[in-house]
Amino acid sequence: MLIQDDTIAAVATAVGEGSIGIVRVSGPKAMLIARSVFRRPAGKPEQELPSHCASYGHVVDPATGDTVDEALLLPMRAPRSYTREDVVEIHCHGGPVPLRRTLELVLDAGARMAEPGEFTKRAFLNGRLDLSQAEAVMDVIRAKTDASLRMAVGHLSGVLSAKVKALRHEILRLIAQLEAAIDFPEEDIEDLAAQKVSRALARLVEDLEALLTTAQTGRILREGMATAIIGKPNVGKSSLLNALLGEKRAIVTDIPGTTRDIIEEYVNIGGIPLKIVDTAGIRDTADIVERIGVERAREAVAEADLILLVLDASAKLTAEDKKVLDLLAGRQAIVLVNKSDLPEAVDMGEVGRLAAGKSIIRVSALEGTGVGELEQAIAGMVYSGKINQAEGAFVTNVRHKHLLSQARERLAEALATAQAGMPPDCIVVDLRSSWEVLGEITGETVGEDILDQIFSQFCIGK
Amino acid sequence: MFNAGTYDVVVIGAGHAGCEAALASARMGCRTLMATLNLDNIAMMPCNPAVGGPAKGHLVREIDAIGGEMGINTDKTCIQARMLNTGKGPAVHALRAQADKSLYHLFMKETAEGQANLVVKQLLIDRILVKGGAVEGIETETGEIIRCQCVVIASGTYLRGKIILGDVSYPGGPGGQRHAEKLSHSLQEMGITLMRFKTGTPARVDRRTLDFSKMTVQPGDEAVHNFSFMSEVATRDQVPCWLTYTNERTHQIIRDNLHRAPLYTGMIEGTGPRYCPSIEDKVVRFAEKESHQLFIEPEGLHTSEMYVQGMSTSLPVEVQYAFLRTIPGLERVEIMRPGYAIEYDCVDPTQLKATLEFKHIAGLFSAGQANGTSGYEEAAAQGLIAGINAALQVKKKPPFTLGRAEAYIGVLIDDLVTKGTNEPYRIMTSRAEYRLILRQDNADLRLTELGRRVGLAGDERYNRFLLKRDAIDRALSLLARTMITPVPDIQEKLRNMGTSELRSGSNLSELLRRTEVSYELLRLYFDLPGLSPAVREQVEIAIKYEGYIKKQAEQVERAAKLEARLLPPDIDYAQIGGLSLEARQKLAKIQPASVGQAARISGVSPADISILLVYLEQLKRREE
Repeated sequence: MLIQDDTIAAVATAVGEGSIGIVRVSGPKAMLIARSVFRRPAGKPEQELPSHCASYGHVVDPATGDTVDEALLLPMRAPRSYTREDVVEIHCHGGPVPLRRTLELVLDAGARMAEPGEFTKRAFLNGRLDLSQAEAVMDVIRAKTDASLRMAVGHLSGVLSAKVKALRHEILRLIAQLEAAIDFPEEDIEDLAAQKVSRALARLVEDLEALLTTAQTGRILREGMATAIIGKPNVGKSSLLNALLGEKRAIVTDIPGTTRDIIEEYVNIGGIPLKIVDTAGIRDTADIVERIGVERAREAVAEADLILLVLDASAKLTAEDKKVLDLLAGRQAIVLVNKSDLPEAVDMGEVGRLAAGKSIIRVSALEGTGVGELEQAIAGMVYSGKINQAEGAFVTNVRHKHLLSQARERLAEALATAQAGMPPDCIVVDLRSSWEVLGEITGETVGEDILDQIFSQFCIGK
Repeated sequence: MFNAGTYDVVVIGAGHAGCEAALASARMGCRTLMATLNLDNIAMMPCNPAVGGPAKGHLVREIDAIGGEMGINTDKTCIQARMLNTGKGPAVHALRAQADKSLYHLFMKETAEGQANLVVKQLLIDRILVKGGAVEGIETETGEIIRCQCVVIASGTYLRGKIILGDVSYPGGPGGQRHAEKLSHSLQEMGITLMRFKTGTPARVDRRTLDFSKMTVQPGDEAVHNFSFMSEVATRDQVPCWLTYTNERTHQIIRDNLHRAPLYTGMIEGTGPRYCPSIEDKVVRFAEKESHQLFIEPEGLHTSEMYVQGMSTSLPVEVQYAFLRTIPGLERVEIMRPGYAIEYDCVDPTQLKATLEFKHIAGLFSAGQANGTSGYEEAAAQGLIAGINAALQVKKKPPFTLGRAEAYIGVLIDDLVTKGTNEPYRIMTSRAEYRLILRQDNADLRLTELGRRVGLAGDERYNRFLLKRDAIDRALSLLARTMITPVPDIQEKLRNMGTSELRSGSNLSELLRRTEVSYELLRLYFDLPGLSPAVREQVEIAIKYEGYIKKQAEQVERAAKLEARLLPPDIDYAQIGGLSLEARQKLAKIQPASVGQAARISGVSPADISILLVYLEQLKRREE
């Protein structure tokens, strides 16, 4: 991750439905990568990519020959570029899906996903930005890293995270078994027979394949603006969710393995995908008093890009309502005054003061009124750029998928090593890499885990 | 005050760290004093009488390649040797030797006393004298002052040592020794942070009271192995070890007496090592295990004492008797020395640089168990590095450190000074990220050149190394040059060799890559020159494991770029705005020497590293 002179790539524009998007690639392999994924119309020379001139053509999957998008290619040779490295920009026209596919192809062709602020960092390290900008560069790196961490956490689906963690633990157990036998040959630790190791590895590869397939069909890595619906019990959060889901005939995802505790649902409002977080908290009416409180709202808010706060029009504001309203400070939020079909008891003036400039919309989840207005308000916030719509999920998704496929490659190599009859210390090389790569998804760093596992799994000692 | 002399370097302690430090310093031409609190216990082995094993054996080979003594001394006193892990890859083959404990001490004492520039004395050191942030001497318990430029602390488990055995406890060092009380206080007065660790040892039992017919014999390997690249021992009489097991009765007795175990009564406060738990700990933590294996190891050829490996304990002596006597072959056992636990002070190693010098006290070094490690080999490795650097400092030469990609010694020291440790630290092959490169078989190829540069690897050692390296290069290039084609003559040879025929043109290197083909086999059929076993081994490993070795070499190369970006020691991390709070604190404490080292500090993220790089660039441009 800390390498300086490799080739990096990222989407350089805010990601929105239907907009133009730019994939930027920087580093020594930028031109090579561009040539491998970009085709000019028949009859135009392939090799010539004049610097600082846009060429028209198509992004093509080099493996299948399929056209992914219509695009303009803009090469900028070093040092006349933002990073002073070879830079290529691919301007894609077809919206987020082809844009994402283009980024994936660029990564497959040998680029690495750029770290937050990395283009700016390179621009500075390569002398493109002057000394006075050093502090600003450091701030950009810090701010972008913090934002991306928050987004990564918000968009990592609970299901994917759980599955990756489980898989990672299985890999760790296998590593510990092999390592313990290597480091403590005189203890009675089973030397796993080559066949057993191969079987275990084959199973891991299969599990990872399955996970990757699910990721590719988009059933786990769902994109959407993380949206929290909060409010005290019985204000109608659940019926609002139903209204959003039902009225818009939205896609409801039953994520495999979580039939009892669905933690996310997806709804498409005016072309904007929303990921409603913590739906279990909204739907669970059995122990509602115990489970839904300000604390739970605080957690949901922390992960969300957009907050929908629901109040009850038919009742006066309570202390709890006010506490929840306080959570909106500095966040993108819409206040929904629900049950507008009932006689109004709430003091709208007070709501307006407490909501401090946030949009307030009267709705009736029961009758479905006000939902159209809500839709317009959300669209307005997204298209005015107030919310960096779905970029977090977008980036997170491409990154995760890329990491998953890297982890699978490493595991497959470990399997090949085992099948070739090579010793455990050779198998472990790739096995450890796959474990580390998966750790980047869940945000866990490499530490003493392997030793901890060895000592908890085996009784060792003289 | 009586001035008892002036030296370049004073080494406090004459255990495995102290001996290597003192010998290295003296051999590099510095006038050196080695002070021990008992001359009859130089290089004593207070725990099991064995040297080596995975990663530890690697350390011994590395110490030897640089010009240290442990390998040579072990070869001289070895009474049994086995190569472990031979069923696994060459990177983890590991030599383990039983040494004759008394002879090990005697031969090391003889070497030290015979060493030019080295003075060996029985002295208890109370105080280190520091002036203006730099060492100027030491003071003994009897009040003599000794002046010196550098001090190496190699005090093992003696600092405020406390022996614990059942409900008895008293101040003392291991094996009935004195302990060092005042030195601990002196270190604390100097602003050094100490930790409190614990370790333990099992009973020594009388060979004449054991029934070996109930145990499994564990003989040494038939082939003779040596640690040192210089040793020429070709034949060796070996004595066996013996294997037996605990059982449910043993465990019941231990469980019944847990209320008397210092580990559970609160008498022991120090942190013990996870890889070396006492038997009471094993029985509690792994309750489902029906038996634990024990090795009965001879302590030497001229003693009846046998070491009961696997039974470290601090339970009362009567309980030790009771549970030992439930073990097959030990029914009538007599204990000659009971097992005990020892608690001691040690230095928090994050206060040290990679040279093992304290960051805030010039000329003061610390090595071995005093730095929170465990094991003779770990101690010796640190002793060697501390001794070399003390001598280099006296001679005003640049320091000598090893990286994680160069040696297990580098892994060990980098772990200690970068991450610290919260239990006695033991080296393991799984701690090394470049294990396939750091093999015990190539320690000489990796390190002799470096040993030569600091002045420890002598002419004979260096010439041997050059001859070996050239022979390997010649053989590899011959194999790569020798082309073979799928003609009938060659195909028949291959059939006779028991390997598959060629489908297209190839060379002998490619052929040697095949699992079933060895160099010797190739030599027979293709008229190749004969090679010594050591050269043959290198040639086969280089070819058969090439893909994996290359993979790791690429990792090393990538990491090297960050290792090469040095961080000035006077950086004020608090002033670097973008760093996270945790990173600022950790960086200020550890004061990493390079960006690579900074990246290994827990709590320092990739973003923090990016910010450091930007900061370094800023510094550079300001200077320009």
